[in-house]
Amino acid sequence: MNMAFNEETFRGDFTFRNSPESVRRFPYPFEEDEYMYSVNIEQHTSGEPGSVFEHPIDVDEHYVAECKERAIVLSEDHTRCVALPHMMDAQWDTLELVMTSLSESYPSEFQLTIDGDKWHWVNKPLDIEDHFVFGDVSTLPMEPFEYVMRQVQGDWVIMDQRDDDLYADMGMVTGQADWSVAFDAGMSFKEWHAPVPHAPEMGIFDRALKYLLHLQYGSPVRRTNWRMCVNPRLDTSSETYDVWGTDNVSATKENAGDKVFLRVELQALFRLPRSNAIAFSIRTYMVSLADLATYPRWAKRLNRVLRSLHPDLAEYKGLNSFKQPVLDWLEPLDDGAFLEKGVHPE
Amino acid sequence: MSALKVKVTAVEQVAEQIKHFTMVAEDGSPLPYFSGGSHVVVSMDIDGRTHRNAYSLMGPTNDNSAYQIAVRKQEKSRGGSVFMHEKVEPGTLLEISMPTNLFSIHRLAKKHILVAGGIGITPFLSQITDLNRLGHDYELHYAYRSAEHAAFRKEIEALCGDKAFFYPENETGRLNITELLSKQPLGSHVYVCGPDPMVNGLELIASELGWPETSVHSEKFLAPATGAPFTVSLLQSNTEVVVPGDLSMLEAMEEAGIDAPYLCRGGACGRCEVEVVECDGDLVHHDEYLSDAERVAANKILPCVSRANCSRMVINL
Repeated sequence: MNMAFNEETFRGDFTFRNSPESVRRFPYPFEEDEYMYSVNIEQHTSGEPGSVFEHPIDVDEHYVAECKERAIVLSEDHTRCVALPHMMDAQWDTLELVMTSLSESYPSEFQLTIDGDKWHWVNKPLDIEDHFVFGDVSTLPMEPFEYVMRQVQGDWVIMDQRDDDLYADMGMVTGQADWSVAFDAGMSFKEWHAPVPHAPEMGIFDRALKYLLHLQYGSPVRRTNWRMCVNPRLDTSSETYDVWGTDNVSATKENAGDKVFLRVELQALFRLPRSNAIAFSIRTYMVSLADLATYPRWAKRLNRVLRSLHPDLAEYKGLNSFKQPVLDWLEPLDDGAFLEKGVHPE
Repeated sequence: MSALKVKVTAVEQVAEQIKHFTMVAEDGSPLPYFSGGSHVVVSMDIDGRTHRNAYSLMGPTNDNSAYQIAVRKQEKSRGGSVFMHEKVEPGTLLEISMPTNLFSIHRLAKKHILVAGGIGITPFLSQITDLNRLGHDYELHYAYRSAEHAAFRKEIEALCGDKAFFYPENETGRLNITELLSKQPLGSHVYVCGPDPMVNGLELIASELGWPETSVHSEKFLAPATGAPFTVSLLQSNTEVVVPGDLSMLEAMEEAGIDAPYLCRGGACGRCEVEVVECDGDLVHHDEYLSDAERVAANKILPCVSRANCSRMVINL
């Protein structure tokens, strides 16, 4: 299979777009007409061919453009890549996870040859070829975590496990939904999640932490999370709020279809072998309301979810300044028909 | 739960009652790497019953061609260690779990104090290869009954040099844990694996000396207790399982085809914890995991090691 990659931008002229196939495989998050947090963790096993769950790490038509976007963000602000000194084993573990996964899933695009500690890596879409010695940082152009993170989609946080807790001690975060890895670096699991409303008193983080501490090598798990954004801007970080904050008041009933995006994070967690750390990948998929509405049940259900959403969650997810135009745009599409449970499109 | 099929390639008697097993992947492929202190659960077919025991991987952690474990033949064995000693030979095929680490080094420790008693040396052998590679400061203190019981002493001397200290009980007397823990710098972490009295003693001494709980790490694999038979009714699976006197609740459920979760099978990690909805007798806890408050509440049990004096128990599984 030869993959085709979009030429597109996530800033400035915002030429980001989804092909019809890309819309169809969008990981729509709402099973029911109402939404509340849950520990919606499931085994990260291989899903249907063509779906975003087919491979442990999904590569799609946005791959090249997202890697370019990451490089731009890093050139402007290198604090988006953090690796505390005790995470070097985890750096190599992460490199191994990404390289073995991509080369096994997409052999025509990525090739990895291992001869003892001599590794040979070919990344055709980005035109990268390197020989290096696994475990020897001096044989790579930069530290292994940054090197491999520049060649994969999604944000990644690597958590060290100690004191019966998980610490966010390493991360590459350039496409985040209004948070900052430089701010969160070194935080414990509950500190890191403290801003989430209502989840702590529901016991969600106690249960999630207990579950993750027991995560096993070879049995990764996943969940989805969601939010919305105005303009397909990946880098909505706390650091650049001054740049994108005003986007949120630019949505109208007329332009919402093309300007407002449902933004879904496919979060996968992998136990790493040498470091016993956990890799937490946060892969963002964005779809415009107009594209979403090519599947009427998705638009109808989104209308119902937003109307019944707890105000604290709407606030936390940053929806308040453009929720009304979105509802005005969605309402005519919802005939009130009963929708069966499930996230599938028509 | 994903599993690995392995073939035993070497069996060696390394000390009184202790055998050392080397295993490779049955299909010759590389095995997953692992971190120091990890264990695997070995499944054994004993008279038609699947028996599962956890054994530490000895490393070295940079070798993915073979796994090494050592097994001490237990005097009061329920069959697992006897099976490993008497039935397993080069060529034997076994199924093992993926490596799991419930006894890992703390990567921010200023210094690591490793304390082993007898066969409790095994997890430290893999930890040492990590500590050497990372260049961390550590000391290994290895206590055993007498020279005949000193499994892997030569290997340890080669790996640790002057960082290893040996305590043959019949020559030097017991290792003085109070003295050892009294002189360590702030920020040290202590790790202990050995017989129950040694682990419990060290934890008590560390606590009295003011060591933070999070700086004291222990591993002991408890064997499931035997007792009177009883019936377990599983709410979600809508089925009943009789737990015989010589099987654990977890084993009895597995025999009945229930896919119950577990990791350590030794009452330490809490992964198999299940809610007790009803019990017409008393729960008998043998685990190290539940808090006193949870025991008093009597609505949770760790089926890997604990059971009940009752005729019938209902659990939410």
